[in-house]
Amino acid sequence: MATIPLEHGTRETPWTLPSRGTVAMSCLITAESAIFTIFVVAYLYYMGRDVQGPTPKEVLEVPYFYTVCLLSSSFFIWLAEHAIDRGKMAAFRLWWGVTILLGLTFLYGTAAEWYKLIVHDHLTISTNLFGTTYYSLVGLHASHVVVGLIMMLFVMAFSLFGAVRPEHAYRVKTLALYWHFVDAVWVVVFTVVYVVSR
Amino acid sequence: MADQSLPVGQGIETALDRTPAHSGRGTYLEVVHSWIVTVDHKKLGILYIAYALIFMLVGGAEAMLIRIQLIKPHNNFVTPFTFDRLFTMHGTTMVFLVGMPILFGFGNYLVPLMIGARDMAFPRLNAFSFWISAFAGILLYYSFIGGVGLAGTGSAPDIAWFAYAPLTEKAFSPGHTTDYWAISILASGIGSIGTAINIIATVFCMRCKGMTLMRMPLLAWLYATMSFLVLVAVSPLTACQAMLLIDRYLGGHFFDTQAGGSAILWAHFFWIFGHPEVYVLVLPPFAFANEIIPVFSRKAIFGYPAMVAASVGIGFISLGVWAHHMFTIGMTSFGNAFFTLSTMLVAIPTGIKTFNWLATIWGGKVRFETPMLFSVAFLFQWVIAGLTGVMLSVSAWNWQLHNSYFVVAHFHYVLVGAIVFMIFAAIYYWYPKMTGRMLNDTLGKWHFWLMVVGFHVTFDTMHFPGLLGMPRQIYTYEPDRGWNTLNFIISIGGFIQAIAILILVYNLVHSYFRGEEAGPDPWDAWTLEWATASPPPAYNFAVEPEVASRRPLWDLKHPEDPDSAFE
Repeated sequence: MATIPLEHGTRETPWTLPSRGTVAMSCLITAESAIFTIFVVAYLYYMGRDVQGPTPKEVLEVPYFYTVCLLSSSFFIWLAEHAIDRGKMAAFRLWWGVTILLGLTFLYGTAAEWYKLIVHDHLTISTNLFGTTYYSLVGLHASHVVVGLIMMLFVMAFSLFGAVRPEHAYRVKTLALYWHFVDAVWVVVFTVVYVVSR
Repeated sequence: MADQSLPVGQGIETALDRTPAHSGRGTYLEVVHSWIVTVDHKKLGILYIAYALIFMLVGGAEAMLIRIQLIKPHNNFVTPFTFDRLFTMHGTTMVFLVGMPILFGFGNYLVPLMIGARDMAFPRLNAFSFWISAFAGILLYYSFIGGVGLAGTGSAPDIAWFAYAPLTEKAFSPGHTTDYWAISILASGIGSIGTAINIIATVFCMRCKGMTLMRMPLLAWLYATMSFLVLVAVSPLTACQAMLLIDRYLGGHFFDTQAGGSAILWAHFFWIFGHPEVYVLVLPPFAFANEIIPVFSRKAIFGYPAMVAASVGIGFISLGVWAHHMFTIGMTSFGNAFFTLSTMLVAIPTGIKTFNWLATIWGGKVRFETPMLFSVAFLFQWVIAGLTGVMLSVSAWNWQLHNSYFVVAHFHYVLVGAIVFMIFAAIYYWYPKMTGRMLNDTLGKWHFWLMVVGFHVTFDTMHFPGLLGMPRQIYTYEPDRGWNTLNFIISIGGFIQAIAILILVYNLVHSYFRGEEAGPDPWDAWTLEWATASPPPAYNFAVEPEVASRRPLWDLKHPEDPDSAFE
């Protein structure tokens, strides 16, 4: 069978392409960032334009502890990524579990804050512009935490049944990328909601 | 095959796999079932295209009803309520249920084939994206039966395609027709984002051996750029639909002006989507031109790197021009100047592209087959559409003509004269690949000439009532304004275009059964999709291709003078 012999430089170097999981997750993060940007812009635009209270100054408290929980979870999930890379599955499960616990703690913090705002301060999503923008933005972030936690719990369950093995490191890292994004967005949300506008 | 290219023993024929896909087609139910559960990028591409063509007929019928109503002053063909719903549904349908799906359909079909892949990066995500888009279309049209709105039951949305706040708030849009609109846009947005992620992952991660980024067909480059724009532009639309639904269902105040909410913020958010959306819609037609014009000029594309740079440049510039839709809302003079200049800047990369297409045709051995005819008409019309765009970008001029038929004529020149014409070219060019049969050429010529005549009768004329002050979205007009004859001519042109479209539909069906056999490579083209059978087998390529230049099939056909020696 005759063929065209090809004598090009590319043949010497192996043909490698980026992994589709990483590319796709980066794309999803780009799209999600655009969504968050719109909600953040709305929050900043409506800051101080309420025609009636309560205002952020009166009712918001800075969630230092829960913020530390969420941000440190990025470090622990990095430890988990590191562990699965080296095939240390017990360590992976430990750090993965710690990440989930920290995520759940953060979610509890959001729930407690909302409970206080709704029951004690009578601030709901329909009270004023602050309520509308606050619950939308923080709720959007919290819903991302929930999605992340559900996916991480699946991985944890599979891992306990022994179905997650070192060769799955690449998939675990794709999920971890999402979790890093959820943490990074909290830095923006925290700055906007609790620092700039309070 | 480690260090060899495609086998060329007896021409490209040996690279083809000749096993029949299935012996016998199975029962009717089996065929339907296979289309519903498919994750094959080619079948999903065809589903997208078929779905979009059906909605194109629906949206076109709405346009015809609009033109019948406006054919003479004080016409009572439809009520004002119905007229509002017709132009809302016409706009929404054509953008979200025709433009995006048909372009995604071609992307789905062509991108993997052109880069030598066997499927998209995420086949199941692909199927999900299609079916949620299909659901969005059905949901929107269900409002004709199930919607309850200002006009009673059976109300379609009547808020225009940009749905300006606070008109969409519960107080002014009672019932739930606006909810049908918002949820439908939300769902189709999710589908679009899913497909965009898929196309980018496919382009960057699935290319065959030797297909470096700078050897990719330009179509793949443009689809990647378009998908990036979908990610950053359609997502804001999804976000503001969520805000609108929070307002309508949970009593929020985002766009509730009585509680301090802002109607202008909606306009900004909508056009942050709305303007890049134009480029989402126009980049794939550019991509078709990049593939079709060289093949019918018998020359390689002129200035490949400049084309890549111009396409990516258009993508970026388009993100900073949205407020030119809002000059009359009132901005600072800095804002006016900024958006005037940024909008004019778009003309530079698009000008580069236009001159490169002309340089590709220049000195070529041009074959005026139907796809090339549509491409040439596209070139002319695109330039005129661009020029009226530059006129409208000047804020002082824009203040005079905002919301007039001049604007309507301008954007229909882009959407029909450029985008739809190139979609027709693409249909004539790739139909043989998708079905294995050629479209009838005589009918194609009839379609082309009626379309060109109808298009110019309608949309050239439409500029003039705009200049004479006729506002858009009015259901009728006074007889003494001097718009009567012009509107009559516009409507006649519309009917001519409708006849042209019906000829296309007849041709599509007729040629599927009676068309001439196409063979794998009817146009003597150079990209990889023509290296496999028509229609391609489920796995696309029996042997994974390997390329050494931008025109792999040229290299195969002309081993004595391969492109790879020069790139």
